[in-house]
Amino acid sequence: MAYPQTELVATPQRGGRGLARLLRNLGRNGKAIAGIAILLLFIAGALLAPVLFPDDPSRIVGGGAAPPNAEHLLGTTARGQDVLALTLWGARSSLFVGFAAGLLATLVAVLVGLAGAYFGGVLDDILSLATNVFLLIPGLPLLVILAAFMPPGVGTVIIVLVITGWAGGARILRSQGMSIRGKDYVAASIVTGERPLRIMLRDILPNMASIVMMTLLGCIIGSIGAQAGLEFLGLGDSNTISWGTNLFWATSDGSLMLGQWWIFVPSGLAIALVAFALALCNYAVDEITNPRLRKPRRAANAAAPTRVTADDAEEGVA
Amino acid sequence: MSALLEIEDLVVEYVSDERAVRGADRVSVSIGEGEILGLAGESGCGKSTVANAVMRLLKEPARISGGAVRFDGQDVLRMSTERLRDWRWRETAMVFQSAMNSLIPVMRIGDQIADIFTTHEKMSKRAARAEAVRLMELVRIDPARLKAYPHQLSGGQRQRVVIAMACALRPRLLILDEPTTALDVVVQQEILAEIKQLQAELGFAVLFITHDMSLMLELSDRIGVMYAGRIVELAPAAALRQGARHAYTQALLGAFPSITGPRERRVGLAEGTRFTDIGDLVEVAPGHFVAPGDMTVRTEGNR
Amino acid sequence: MRFILRRLGFYLVAFWLSITLNFLLPRLMPGDPVSRMLSRSQGQLDPSQIESLRQLLGVDDRPWWQQYPEYLWRVLTGDLGISISRFPTPVAEVISSQLPWTLLLGFVSLIIAVVIGNLLGILAAWRRGSFLDSFVPPFLIFLGSFPYFWLAMGLLYVFGITLGWAPLSHAYSVGLQPSFSFEFIADVAAHLVLPALSIVLVSIGGWMLAMRNTMIATNSEDYILMAEAKGLRPSRIMFAYSARNAMLPAVTNVGMSIGFIVGGALLTEVVFAYPGVGYQLMAAVQGLDYPLMQGMFLTITGAVLLANFLIDIIYVRLDPRVRAH
Repeated sequence: MAYPQTELVATPQRGGRGLARLLRNLGRNGKAIAGIAILLLFIAGALLAPVLFPDDPSRIVGGGAAPPNAEHLLGTTARGQDVLALTLWGARSSLFVGFAAGLLATLVAVLVGLAGAYFGGVLDDILSLATNVFLLIPGLPLLVILAAFMPPGVGTVIIVLVITGWAGGARILRSQGMSIRGKDYVAASIVTGERPLRIMLRDILPNMASIVMMTLLGCIIGSIGAQAGLEFLGLGDSNTISWGTNLFWATSDGSLMLGQWWIFVPSGLAIALVAFALALCNYAVDEITNPRLRKPRRAANAAAPTRVTADDAEEGVA
Repeated sequence: MSALLEIEDLVVEYVSDERAVRGADRVSVSIGEGEILGLAGESGCGKSTVANAVMRLLKEPARISGGAVRFDGQDVLRMSTERLRDWRWRETAMVFQSAMNSLIPVMRIGDQIADIFTTHEKMSKRAARAEAVRLMELVRIDPARLKAYPHQLSGGQRQRVVIAMACALRPRLLILDEPTTALDVVVQQEILAEIKQLQAELGFAVLFITHDMSLMLELSDRIGVMYAGRIVELAPAAALRQGARHAYTQALLGAFPSITGPRERRVGLAEGTRFTDIGDLVEVAPGHFVAPGDMTVRTEGNR
Repeated sequence: MRFILRRLGFYLVAFWLSITLNFLLPRLMPGDPVSRMLSRSQGQLDPSQIESLRQLLGVDDRPWWQQYPEYLWRVLTGDLGISISRFPTPVAEVISSQLPWTLLLGFVSLIIAVVIGNLLGILAAWRRGSFLDSFVPPFLIFLGSFPYFWLAMGLLYVFGITLGWAPLSHAYSVGLQPSFSFEFIADVAAHLVLPALSIVLVSIGGWMLAMRNTMIATNSEDYILMAEAKGLRPSRIMFAYSARNAMLPAVTNVGMSIGFIVGGALLTEVVFAYPGVGYQLMAAVQGLDYPLMQGMFLTITGAVLLANFLIDIIYVRLDPRVRAH
């Protein structure tokens, strides 16, 4: 799902204080707290999977397609595997791949965006062209043929996710980078002969902290979703247990048509909750950096006249 | 003489979670029919706040928390939304600081003008367009430009369009919020001449906001000087030209060198000067009001 | 005009790059795809299939600079190879019978999501702090976090299987003859409901939020204040002034989101057995039907580029500032 493009209103300052301030404000924002809490819950679940279910989760442990019961809290799959075990173990792969791919994609986006913004000229033209092309070419079809032709495995999945995921962030980062590059303090650094890398890292990047964070969160969301889609089609690594492969097997085994909801609901719900948690964090970062988006103290129409609270005048003639 | 616009003890506050800041602090001033009142002061003194408050255009977190604004006897602050909407532009119109930003970029000039007539006078589109042509002629712009978009006009043309729009319904009061600040000096003169001529022709009163004292002295009948949300001096322009009474006004006037005449040393306010405890206006000469108060100079030593 | 030409040139470059990617991928593939395929389908591929595969994967011995122009020519004249999973039907024929359904599903979903989403966004921005502004966006974001196909599964389960309100699969009821009769169209519409609904529900949040945020920014512009000062009616300000300006980024967003909607449509088709291009996807992947997958990639990309080009033309009509250049 395309993350909505909001107006870029990062208020720049010199140095890295921007990031510290942002993190502090996040700590106070309800949405961010909720999002981080959910994420931590899932990460804990993923880490605890080997503890709670020490054996191979794809082991057959019970009767096929049993609904949730005391022994198997989320029931069993058509083959008799414990759904809860599969879900928890699945978190490990899905979260790992999602975060890894998201991180790498953001890295590529930062490099491309900053380089294009800073150096301009022919380099910028080439990078912009590449960015726009990758933005335009539809993601899923590209993902499919890339994954189909490359040997199956986790590495492949991460690589193709990065290839299809970097462009969105690159465009935004370049745009923001360019507006910062035009600021006077950057010009001052250039004139005093600072090395380009230093300027990019010290003057430009810290002031883009919030945009970079939003890009990172967006890339992770995208990676998790795209990975799920890939695996759902059967292009993932069939040896791994992940939320996407769980859904693939659920479909192959016909669980949906047979009404065995406990088989396909948990993994999908997990994906949704993690994506939602990340989206909440994104929403929070957006609100912090763009104060206009914050919830107003009272509901009011956009074209309402100035509120009058002079002693004998009527309250809020809106 | 009953005033056209009466602002009495107006208080405008900007309210946040922690505190409320007074943008306008018990401001009282009135404007008569056909009179040109200038409101001067540095950035942040509250002149724009007062101007916007008159038409109730201020947005949250601003709030009018005290005082009254009466136009021809009617209490503007207590008007219903619908009545206010009707009153706006018809009786009082405003010219904002940047014409480029006042015009919507994706609509033709002609349509933006026609809007006024189709809304207020319930005219048909065709009749509205005819009126628009007449307005263009009023400010001497080729009516063919009505088909253009704002970005296709020059800065001066845009400002004249905006002024023409303001005059569309022959309002009795025109509020000009820094109408020439964004223009170069030559165009400034043209626009001012335009305003003077229109005022002579149509006879509206003017509330003129600016930080440029020399402009103000040239155009206004009376001048009010604001500082930190309060009026510190209110007098006819002629009186101020002869001699201002408040230290702040003197400093303002003293900051504008004259282009002709002998070289004079400019004397302004000392660094760190503050005016505190500004009292209500006191009449020191016929029609000439000054606010008493303390002037302190904050040096390294104190506070 | 120059803007349009530049965009057209760009789309042609992008399309050419896609074709080239299709050409390069099999040849760059690590490992040996042919032997993998052959061992997979031992005895099930007849010689002509093997030959077709060889050609596709570039395993014949001619140097690439001889193969490339020929490949380019073949693609541009509509020869996308022979499908493996649907042998001996040519890929182009398979896709052309499926593409219309995908376009129908994608187009309908897009229009509904765009119109309703943007409308909600306009209204939410107009009345800040209202229910529409405070609670609906987070809820829609939550919906938007669901993977397309999973929400599709959920909807199918609840409305199709459990409640029996909607058809379970395919584009129209079995046995019905395609025609322009009202009965057929109504039947198609009924089958479109669940698939389109799942795409709409997932994507609508993004539209609402984007429009709302753009409107909030627009509403603070001076010309909106001027419009208020002019005494215009609030509804006129909201739509003719504010929304009219906020629509410009929205139009651009539509272009950018077409790729996502298409991806969602493909996956949704798998769940509903909706006979579009995506429906075949799972089977094609399982059957290692490379020609079909590549053909699908090319066709979808071409369609998306074309759609973007149309969007650009619309954008030029809407933004006078672009027209000047």
